Amino acid sequence: MDNLDQLVIDARAAFAEASAAAALEQAKARFFGKNGLITEQLKALGGLPPERKRERGAEVNRAKAAIEAALAERREALREAELSAQLQAESLDVTLPGRGSAPGGLHPVSRSLERIERLFQSIGFVAVDGPEIETDWHNFTALNIPADHPARSMHDTFFLEGREDVLLRTHTSPVQIRAMLAHVEQTRDCDPMPDLRVIMPGRVYRVDSDATHSPMFHQAEGLWVGERVSFADLKGVVADFLCKFFETDDLQVRFRPSFFPFTEPSAEVDVAFKGGALDGRWLEVAGCGMVHPNVLRFGGIDPERYTGFAFGFGPDRLTMLRYGVSDLRLFFEGDLRFLSQFR
Amino acid sequence: MQFSENWLRTFVNPPLDSGALGHLMTMAGLEVEEAHPVAPPFSGVVVARIVEAEKHPNADKLKLCKVDAGAGETLQIVCGAPNAAVGMKVPCAKVGAVLPGDFAIKAAKLRGVESFGMLCSARELGLSEDHEGLLALDEDAPVGMDIREWLALDDTCFVIKLTPNRADCLSLTGVAREVAALTGAPLTPAPLSLLPPASDTRRAIVLDAPEKCPRYCGRIISGVNARAQTPAWMKDRLKRSGLRPIHALVDITNYVMLELGQPLHAFDNACLSGAIHVRLPHPGEALQLLNEQNVTLAPDTLLIADEARALALAGIMGGIETGVTLDTTEVFLESAFFTPEAVTGRARAYGFGSDASHRYERGVDFQLQRPAIERATQLILDICGGVPGPVEEARSDEHLPRREEVALRPARVCRVLGIDLDTETMRGLLERVHLTVRDLAVELRVMPPAFRFDIETEEDLIEEIARLHGYDNIPSLAPRGNLAMLASTESARTQWDVRHFLAGRGFQEVVNFSFVDSAWERDFCANDAPIRLANPIASQMDVMRSSLIPGLVSNLATNRKRQQNRVRVFELGRCFMRQEQTAGEVPGFHQPQRLAALAAGTASPEQWGEPARAVDFFDLKGDLEALFAPRTLTFAPVSVPALHPGRAASVFLDGRNIGEIGELHPVWTQRFELGAAPVVFEIDLDATLSALCPKSGEVSRMPIVLRDLALVVPASVSAQRVLDALRETAPANVREILLFDVYQGKGIEIGCKSLAFRISMQDTCRTLEDAEVDEVISGLLHHVERTVGGRLRI
Repeated sequence: MDNLDQLVIDARAAFAEASAAAALEQAKARFFGKNGLITEQLKALGGLPPERKRERGAEVNRAKAAIEAALAERREALREAELSAQLQAESLDVTLPGRGSAPGGLHPVSRSLERIERLFQSIGFVAVDGPEIETDWHNFTALNIPADHPARSMHDTFFLEGREDVLLRTHTSPVQIRAMLAHVEQTRDCDPMPDLRVIMPGRVYRVDSDATHSPMFHQAEGLWVGERVSFADLKGVVADFLCKFFETDDLQVRFRPSFFPFTEPSAEVDVAFKGGALDGRWLEVAGCGMVHPNVLRFGGIDPERYTGFAFGFGPDRLTMLRYGVSDLRLFFEGDLRFLSQFR
Repeated sequence: MQFSENWLRTFVNPPLDSGALGHLMTMAGLEVEEAHPVAPPFSGVVVARIVEAEKHPNADKLKLCKVDAGAGETLQIVCGAPNAAVGMKVPCAKVGAVLPGDFAIKAAKLRGVESFGMLCSARELGLSEDHEGLLALDEDAPVGMDIREWLALDDTCFVIKLTPNRADCLSLTGVAREVAALTGAPLTPAPLSLLPPASDTRRAIVLDAPEKCPRYCGRIISGVNARAQTPAWMKDRLKRSGLRPIHALVDITNYVMLELGQPLHAFDNACLSGAIHVRLPHPGEALQLLNEQNVTLAPDTLLIADEARALALAGIMGGIETGVTLDTTEVFLESAFFTPEAVTGRARAYGFGSDASHRYERGVDFQLQRPAIERATQLILDICGGVPGPVEEARSDEHLPRREEVALRPARVCRVLGIDLDTETMRGLLERVHLTVRDLAVELRVMPPAFRFDIETEEDLIEEIARLHGYDNIPSLAPRGNLAMLASTESARTQWDVRHFLAGRGFQEVVNFSFVDSAWERDFCANDAPIRLANPIASQMDVMRSSLIPGLVSNLATNRKRQQNRVRVFELGRCFMRQEQTAGEVPGFHQPQRLAALAAGTASPEQWGEPARAVDFFDLKGDLEALFAPRTLTFAPVSVPALHPGRAASVFLDGRNIGEIGELHPVWTQRFELGAAPVVFEIDLDATLSALCPKSGEVSRMPIVLRDLALVVPASVSAQRVLDALRETAPANVREILLFDVYQGKGIEIGCKSLAFRISMQDTCRTLEDAEVDEVISGLLHHVERTVGGRLRI
C-alpha cells in the first residue's frame, strides 16, 4: 500500500482519537506542522524529476485534501459535541413557576357595572355620573316626590347635620334630572332634540342594614328620551339586556305593574332561570317605567312632544345572581379571600 | 296586607286555584309576597267529645279516655294531655289518620292498654306552637265532623305587597273589587244594613280643623257586653290577616277595617265628657297612647279630644285612658275621614305606625264612614248586644276631596305603550275598575271613584289601561333609534382602563363605605370639622370620608387578621369635602372621584426565583408612574398626618398637585398592628383619565453616544433637583438623562451622595464628534456645580 494512503488512514485515526479541540490541533500539527508528515512529503517533491514530480505532487495533494477534510469533519463533530454538552449543562427545570407577580382583580360589582355600561354602550347609551351628596330637589322633588309624599318614607334617607336641603342620594335617579338638563342645554339648537340615551351607575345610600340590605349599595339607572319611545321599547331593551348580561336565552323575564313616583306606567322586572339552584324562582332585578311627565318637565323636556323610559338595576343583586354570591355584605368587607375569586 | 283566601272568596270566587289567583294579583300590581297554607296537610282528624277520662292503670301521667268521634261507639284512647277532661271537644286522629310529617296513626298498646287513635294539640296538627294541652274546640263543634272543615283549614294566607298608590286595596273589599274586575267573576259586597236608632243617646261632634278632618261619624251604643266571646270565624279571619284577637269590641273594629278599609275606633263612652272636638293640640299637650307610649303632641298632629282632654291621635292611635275595656258597657264608635296630608309622617315622627295611619296616609274612601259605622254597629249588636243611638255626622263638604274628570287621548295611550288599542277596548278596561267614562269623540273623560286616590292625570289612566290590558300583552320591541356613533376619545381613558391597569399590577379592587369613623378623619386627615351624618347607622360610621386611605388601611388590618400578609388593594370612589363657594353640582360640597392604592408585605409574591423583599415607597411610586406613562409625574416632599414625614411626597402632573404618595406614618402602623409600614397613594381620578394621543416624529439613524456622569452632591439635594438642573441646560442633542446609580458610603464624604447619570446623545443628521460630546458633558457638569453645589466624582 502506498505510504500516502497509509498517511490518510493514520490521520483519520489520530483525529478520531482527539477528544477535544486542543488535542485535535496537536494531531493536525503532526501532519501539517513545520515538520509534519504531509509537509515533509511536499518538501520531498523538490528532489524528484519533473515528470515524477507532477505525478507525485498530485498524489500528495489528494492525500493532503483528504486529511484536511477529515480534520474539518472532526472539528465539526467536536464542535457539535461541545455545544451539545453546553446545552445539556444549561438545561432548566422548566416546571419551576415563572418569576413574577400575582394578578389583582376588579371588584365583582365593578365587573358587572363595566359589563352593564358596555352592553348599553353597544346601543348608543353614554355613561354619566352624578354627586352622591345630592340636593333634596334632585333626589326627590324633581322626581315627582314632593315633601310629605308617602314614597319618601319608602326611602330611608341619610341626612347631613346642619343642612336640610341635602342628603345622601337614595337612588341614582337624580342623575336623570342632571342628564336631561345638560342634554337640553347641549342640544338647544337642534330640532327635534336628538335622543337622550344615558346609563348612570353609582353608589347610593339608605338607612338599612341586615343580611340583604347594606347602608351603601349600587344602582345602575338608564334613561332613553325621544320622540318615539314607548313601553314596548322599554320591555325590549330591558329583556335584551338581561339575556345578554346573563349570557343566556334560557331566561324568563316578566314585567309586573308597580309604582314609582317618577315613572308611570311603572313595572318591576323579575327573572327566572331555567336550571341551577334558582330554577324557576322569580327574582326581582329591576324597576322601570315610562318617565313621568312631571319629571320630564323638571328636566326641561316637553312631555307632549317627547316620551321616555327609565330603568334601574341593582348591580349588587345582578352580581350575586351571576356569580352565585349568597351574602350582600361580602361586597363591602374588603376580604381578599372572597374578592380574589374574581380575578 | 295579609288576608285569608277563603274570606276573599266570600266576596268574589273566580274559577281559579290558589296559585292562579296569586299570579293574577301579582301581575295586576298586587304583588303576592307570600302565600302559605293555613295548616299543613293531614287527614283523618275529626271533632270528638271526651266521654270518660280516667287515670291510666299503669302510668301516673297518662289518662284513659273514652271519646265519641261520631262513629256510633266510643273509642278508647290513651292520652297524656293535662287538660283532657270529660265533656271537652277536641280533635281526634282516628286509626288510619295521617298527621303532619307523614305520621300515621295506628292502633297501639300504651303501657299495656289498647289505644285506638290520638287526641291532638294545636302543634300536633301544625296549627300553632301551642303544646300545653289538647286543642279545645268550641262547644258547638259537631262531633264527627272533619276538623279541616270545622276549622276551615283548607285555606291560604296571602301576603300582598301594596304600592303606596293602591290604598284602595287595603281591604278585602278592595282586593275583591280588583279580582272581580280582572276575572269578570261577580262581586258580593259585605252585608250592609241601615240600623234605625233605638235610643236618642248622642254626643255632639265639632270639626275644629275641617280641612284635616272633613267628615266624622260617631255613635253611642249602650248596654253592650264587652265580655262576649268573639266568634271563632271572626278570630280566625283576624288571625289569618295577621291581627291578634283581643276582645270583641276591638276585634269588631279591626274586622270592619279589614273588610271595608275604614279604620274605626271604639271609645269607652263613660270616660268622655262633652262634645268631641277634632282639633290641633294646645301647646304642651300630652297623651298616653294605647301602646303605653307617652307623647308630647307636636303642633301639626290632629287630635280627637273631648271638652276635658285629648283622647286620641286622629287616624293613628287611641289613648289608653279612654279605650274600650272588658268593663265597658257604653261605646262611642268613631268612623272618620282624615285627609292623607293630616296624617302623613305623623306616626313616623312619634316612632311607630299603625294599621289606621297606614291607611289614612294613603287615602281612605271618603264615602265609607257611614256604611262602615253601620256595619260595625250590626256586628256589635250581633255579638255584644246593646242599644244603638243615632249616627252623628259632622261634615264639611267644601273640605271633602273632590274627584275630577281626567281627559284621556286614545292616541296618546297607543304612543306611550307602543301598542294599538281601540277606544272601545280602553273604555271597557276602565269601566271594569269602576271608573266612569264619557266618550267625547276626540278624547275620553274619566271620573274616578271615591276609593281611588291615584287617578289624577292622563298617565294614571294610561297605567290603569296597561295594567288591565296586561303587561304581558304588550310586546317587547327591539329598540329603534338613529345610529350615530358614540365618540371614542383617544386622549381620554375610562375609569375601567384605570381599574384594569391596577388589577394588572397586582392590586385587588375593594369597595368601602363612604361613611367612616370621625376618629379616622381626625387622625388621618386632621379633619376636625368633617361632614357629619344627622342619622348615622352606627357611631363608627358617623361622617363622610375625605380620604380613601383610612379605609384601605382598615382593609389591610382585617386581612392581616385573616393571615393575608401580602395585601395590595385599591379603591376608586368619591371623597367629600366642604367648600366655600356656592357653585358646583351641589353647593357647599366638593365630591371628587379619587383613586387610592395600598401595598403591604413583600414586593413580589413569595417565590423561588427572587429573594423576598418588603415593598417600599419606590415600588408603589413605580406603579403610579407606570399608570401615567408616558406622561411624567413630579414629586416633592410633603408632611401630612397620615404619612411618614420623611417618606411622603406630593404628586404633580403638569405642575398641578393631584395627590400624595408615601409610607404610612409609624404611629398608625403601630396602632393598627400592621407589622411593617404599608405604602399608599391617593390621587384625583380625573388626572388619570386624560392621556396623550401619540404623535410621530422623525427617527434619527445617527449613532447614539453614551456618557456616564457621576456627581457628588450634598445628601440634602434631591435627585429631582439635580435632574432638573441637567435638563434645563442640556442641548437638543441630549436625548435622555437616566439616573442609574445612587451611592452613599465608603469613598464619599459624610453628608454627601453620589448620583450617576447616563447621558444619551444623538444628532438627527450627523455623527457627533468626541469634542462636541466632551463640551456638552462639561457644560452639564459646570451647570450642576454652579446651581446645586455638586462636583464630579473622581
